[in-house]
Amino acid sequence: MEFLSKVFIDPFVDMVAAPDFLMQVVWEGLVSGVLYALIALGFVLIFRSSRIFNFAQGIMVVFAALTLVGLHEVGVPAWISFALTLGVMFLLAVGIERVVLRPLVGQPDIILFMATIGITLFLIGGGELIFGGENKRMITEELGIPTGSVVLEPFGGLLILEQKDITAVIGAVALVVALLAFLNYTRMGRAVRALGDDHQAALSVGISLQTIWVLVWFIAGIIALVTGIAWGSRAGVSFALEIIALKALPVLMLGGLESITGAIIGGLAIGVLEKLFEIYWGQPLLGGNTEAWFAYVLALVVLLFRPQGLFGEKIIERV
Amino acid sequence: MLDGAETYITEDGRTIGGTVMEMRNITLRFGGVTAISDISFDIREGEIRAIIGPNGAGKSSMLNIISGFYTPQEGEVWYRGSKRPQMKPYEIARQGVARTFQNIALFEGMTVLDNVMTGRLTHMHASILSQAIWRGKAEREEIENREKVEEIIDFLEIQSIRKTPVGRLPYGLKKRVELARALAAEPSLLLLDEPMAGMNVEEKEDMSRFILDVNDEFGTTIALIEHDMGVVMDLSDRVVVMDYGRKIGDGTPDEVRSNQDVIDAYLGVSHD
Ligand SMILES: Nc1ncnc2c1ncn2[C@@H]1O[C@H](COP(=O)(O)OP(=O)(O)O)[C@@H](O)[C@H]1O
Ligand SMILES: [Mg+2]
Repeated sequence: MEFLSKVFIDPFVDMVAAPDFLMQVVWEGLVSGVLYALIALGFVLIFRSSRIFNFAQGIMVVFAALTLVGLHEVGVPAWISFALTLGVMFLLAVGIERVVLRPLVGQPDIILFMATIGITLFLIGGGELIFGGENKRMITEELGIPTGSVVLEPFGGLLILEQKDITAVIGAVALVVALLAFLNYTRMGRAVRALGDDHQAALSVGISLQTIWVLVWFIAGIIALVTGIAWGSRAGVSFALEIIALKALPVLMLGGLESITGAIIGGLAIGVLEKLFEIYWGQPLLGGNTEAWFAYVLALVVLLFRPQGLFGEKIIERV
Repeated sequence: MLDGAETYITEDGRTIGGTVMEMRNITLRFGGVTAISDISFDIREGEIRAIIGPNGAGKSSMLNIISGFYTPQEGEVWYRGSKRPQMKPYEIARQGVARTFQNIALFEGMTVLDNVMTGRLTHMHASILSQAIWRGKAEREEIENREKVEEIIDFLEIQSIRKTPVGRLPYGLKKRVELARALAAEPSLLLLDEPMAGMNVEEKEDMSRFILDVNDEFGTTIALIEHDMGVVMDLSDRVVVMDYGRKIGDGTPDEVRSNQDVIDAYLGVSHD
């Protein structure tokens, strides 16, 4: 009886008793969720245009953040480092298309997936060789990102919003909006959407596979850089950053591999739910640290009932 | 410049111009299989050129070479008077060569309207930047493209399914949507791979009428593949006949019909 109450009653009583704290928890969850959504979006774009499940997305976050910080360390001004890092991510996209995708076009999906594992290992090795393996500080202030906090008093309580989190959310939302506008209203964007559907058809209407691939990998690179800065500001820059990119996996399981809406809603939902679970159930009942696994369990449970994910096209077996 | 052949007027008053596309001594192999061996023929401005032959004759392979999906081991492709360098399919599409596929290649998740709209991609020029800066120009381009697409949708009588996702359409209509997408590109050369395959009699008649109308009203040069000899004879100005990767006949429908090799090839295979 007492246990049931702890699971089904107490957490909600706590939520209602301290609504300001509940808001704080939801906010923290949203900040993570926005970043999960962004990374998942990078996955979705690459998957839709090339059927490749990009295992390297996580390490790209680390690599982008390390490049940014590394350039600044050797004396390059922060904003120029930012621009140069964008350039590096573009070259990386061109390189991946040339060296990995182009020779492997038409190979089974699993081969391409393995190739992205290859890219991952290459970036880990290259990153460590150039930048070393130790934890670095993100150049948050140098980039002009405010680091103070905003204090609100909802319901006579206290809600503290870190300015760098606010900046991260604004940046991520702006990037998502820009991406959606690009996909829906530009020639290239339409081509990206078309390409995912049928390669032959896409070629026949004049779409260049190579151009689109470079483009989507570059977009994934930009996403990696933005996420790297946002997360690096909170936790420092190290190879551990890759973990947060892996959170995109349950997001994709929830949202479906091909749905842009699914990636966004899935990301936000996982960010918020894992935080709520950790604070109201995980810490009091399970000794905490549930954020490491909660998202995966949630995704698995959803998959039991909807194998195509929440937003994926319904899979109909042809018989 | 068009080379060679002289312009003439057909019985039904259409003008057939000089050579647009010329295949010279094309040989295509897949491993040990020779799909096409040493074939030459030309396609002239404004004509309907048919390629016929039994299954496996190499017809689709030939169309794939013209549209750049396959690269022949030997031979040359001449386009509008000059030798075409090796080009990718999307580059050839941008040159004004549009096509349909034997096994239908549509964007299944998109609506009919959106599918046809992708046919306009080669006509869209405004970049992201210019779209942001010169909104007016980009909007005008978008309106023009939409008008053209609606025109084609009306022309092919598919208004009622404009908003339907293509995946839900029956086979015959999919073929028509694919034709619509190819036409949206306003191609100078249109390649159709078995546009009537798998259709019932009524659908075949509709499709034949559309093909004739496209050629007549837009003056589009058309190369089409057809398995069935009867249909082709009514449609085309000139016919190439292929069998086992070789060319066994080339000429007007009447000439081809009376060609002994062609008769043998068609009697030799069972076709219904
Ligand atoms: N991509 C390919 N790979 C291997 N063999 C092919 C390929 N495309 C066509 N072929 C072979 O080439 C020959 C001609 O095929 P095709 O051009 O499709 O004939 P048709 O269209 O006249 O029926 C066949 O033997 C076919 O198996
Ligand atoms: Mg064929």
